[in-house]
Amino acid sequence: MPLKILVTAKRVEDPESKIKVKPDGAGIVTDGVNYKMNPFDEIAVEEALRLKERHGGEVIVASIGGEKSATEIRAALAMGADRGILVRHDGPLDPVVVSALLAKVFELEKPDLVILGKQSIDDDQNQAGQYLAARLGLGQATFASKIESLESEAEQKKEPGVKLAADGKSVAVVREVDGGVETLEVSLPAVVTTDLRLNKPRFASLPGIMKAKKKELKELAAAALGVDLAPKVVVKKLSEPPSRKGGVKVQDVEELWKKLHDEAKVV
Amino acid sequence: MANVLIVAEQFGGAVRKATLHAISAGREVARRTGGTLHLAVLGKGIGPVAEELSGYGAEVHAADAAVLEHPLAEAHAPVLVELARAVQASHVGAAATAFGKDLLPRVAALLEAGMATEVLGFGGEGAEVTFRRPMWAGNVLAEVALATPVKVFTVRATEFPAAAKEGKGAVTAAKVSVDAGALRTRYAGFKEVKSARPELTEARIVVAGGRGTKGDFKPVEALADELNAAVGASRAAVDAGWVPNDWQVGQTGKVVAPELYVAAGISGAIQHLAGMKGSKVIVAVNKDPDAPIFQLADYGLVADLFKALPELAEKLKKSR
Ligand SMILES: Cc1cc2nc3c(=O)[nH]c(=O)nc-3n(C[C@@H](O)[C@H](O)[C@H](O)COP(=O)(O)OP(=O)(O)OC[C@H]3O[C@@H](n4cnc5c(N)ncnc54)[C@H](O)[C@@H]3O)c2cc1C
Ligand SMILES: Cc1cc2nc3c(=O)[nH]c(=O)nc-3n(C[C@H](O)[C@H](O)[C@H](O)COP(=O)(O)OP(=O)(O)OC[C@H]3O[C@@H](n4cnc5c(N)ncnc54)[C@H](O)[C@@H]3O)c2cc1C
Repeated sequence: MPLKILVTAKRVEDPESKIKVKPDGAGIVTDGVNYKMNPFDEIAVEEALRLKERHGGEVIVASIGGEKSATEIRAALAMGADRGILVRHDGPLDPVVVSALLAKVFELEKPDLVILGKQSIDDDQNQAGQYLAARLGLGQATFASKIESLESEAEQKKEPGVKLAADGKSVAVVREVDGGVETLEVSLPAVVTTDLRLNKPRFASLPGIMKAKKKELKELAAAALGVDLAPKVVVKKLSEPPSRKGGVKVQDVEELWKKLHDEAKVV
Repeated sequence: MANVLIVAEQFGGAVRKATLHAISAGREVARRTGGTLHLAVLGKGIGPVAEELSGYGAEVHAADAAVLEHPLAEAHAPVLVELARAVQASHVGAAATAFGKDLLPRVAALLEAGMATEVLGFGGEGAEVTFRRPMWAGNVLAEVALATPVKVFTVRATEFPAAAKEGKGAVTAAKVSVDAGALRTRYAGFKEVKSARPELTEARIVVAGGRGTKGDFKPVEALADELNAAVGASRAAVDAGWVPNDWQVGQTGKVVAPELYVAAGISGAIQHLAGMKGSKVIVAVNKDPDAPIFQLADYGLVADLFKALPELAEKLKKSR
């Protein structure tokens, strides 16, 4: 059964970049900071592509943000997604607003499956997928992973970790939870959020990048979707945590043991 | 409506320790709002767990039903929403465990509430509680306010003390009006990672290994056992399938703050540091003298972990 899959691609600071808070605490220093697709969203896009390769269908990628967020949509299109939707909004967002806007996109597109990242690596909120599922009255399977490791044969063959049932009416999702891994079956349409071990995302190929330029990228104005755009999570002030100073280098295990035993008194 | 509802987590008939830290946070918020603390516990056959929780002095609302046997957010959320309304909660919280992080955002959405994840502490004045939380892998601390009548939060257990028992609360049955047949999620199994070692987030000592182990965790585990420690790992080691996902320490894994954290063959990427830099004493064993982990380790040893860890374990054994 072909699957229509909606995935999200949020524009975030590159996880390799050094994040500094502005002196007035109103934001972070963005000079010299690179941007890219949220790493968890790359995993979401990869999973959607594998499901499409296995079952047929369509992968639609949505992002909410300013015009620059089109870059992250193009990146997903270059990986192989079919078309994009940019929900234009130039102000602060929070998971409340993001999920309300994504619910509108869902109503327009009526996908079988929505795959999001479990968290954005900027705000680290870990909420948008759960909010979306609740708003739509759908089942949720957060922190999707798989039994096989990222070095396994299944991964090399690019098998999807999310398994579509034979009747095409539900998906089985393995989840990383405390103390082990859990499996859930969720009726379609469903909301899934990705954890790190679900897959290794592919790199866009040069032909993929060329093709992406011609793929459809529709723009919707957030203000026209009938959603309250006032954030409910109001960031009042940012600061840098107290930094931790390095200590000393010890010469050998003997000295290490003495330090731990006599100085730190932890062993 | 200024009461506080803390959602307890139970597993296998016992209260998860992280819940006790969330109760501390709940007491603090209730003091600020002038409200009363309530506890909720959901599951099947949870009488003894509810009884245990009543020792923390707050009224315990026990939702005991077959449909709640497994921690399905879809089934649990509506019960908590009804309860939050019934007890007139202005704040609903839980520990930031996998359970809490899965469930509470769904509860928040249904309560039309804003939410703060992994709260480290509270700010603001009087009943106007703000939430201190990490962003960008802990490189930034944010103070956030929630502009909704009901406010939802999860707390990082290591930042709040475990609540001490005090007084005796009543145990009442919470209403469960969930139609099992209408659920869109079905529980299809759990593969437990059994371990005789202390729980990672609760252990006094953690010994962690990274890519430098090349897949051989024996020296890491042997040292951990000598120290009665939990074993942790970097993402690289978990991704490779060397150790269970449950062992990952970091921004997107577990956050630990033990008295002693030993990082062996771990380079010290910010995403890893985000999960352990609150440790009291950090030891790094790495053969690269320029590894970033040395910039924050209290004691750094430039050495091959395959030699240094067994030597340290031997030293500990002899000194006992
Ligand atoms: C300096 C600064 C100030 C800020 N001020 C405010 C403020 O005043 N009020 C406020 O509410 N927020 C503010 N924000 C945060 C806001 O921009 C966050 O992006 C927002 O809170 C969404 O949360 P999240 O991305 O952490 O969600 P999560 O729940 O962590 O995201 C999970 C998943 O949801 C999807 N997703 C999330 N956002 C998007 C998106 N835009 N497009 C597509 N998919 C998405 C992704 O798949 C992601 O993997 C501020 C941020 C900064 C840096
Ligand atoms: C979105 C995102 C989320 C992430 N979340 C996490 C997270 O939660 N937790 C996490 O840990 N990482 C996380 N990471 C990954 C992180 O960026 C690093 O890639 C990872 O922590 C590296 O693991 P490592 O230190 O084991 O490996 P490496 O960086 O490869 O370091 C291995 C180290 O071992 C040393 N070594 C090698 N052989 C020996 C020996 N015989 N004896 C002693 N030392 C030796 C080397 O000198 C080196 O320093 C995340 C990354 C991203 C992008």
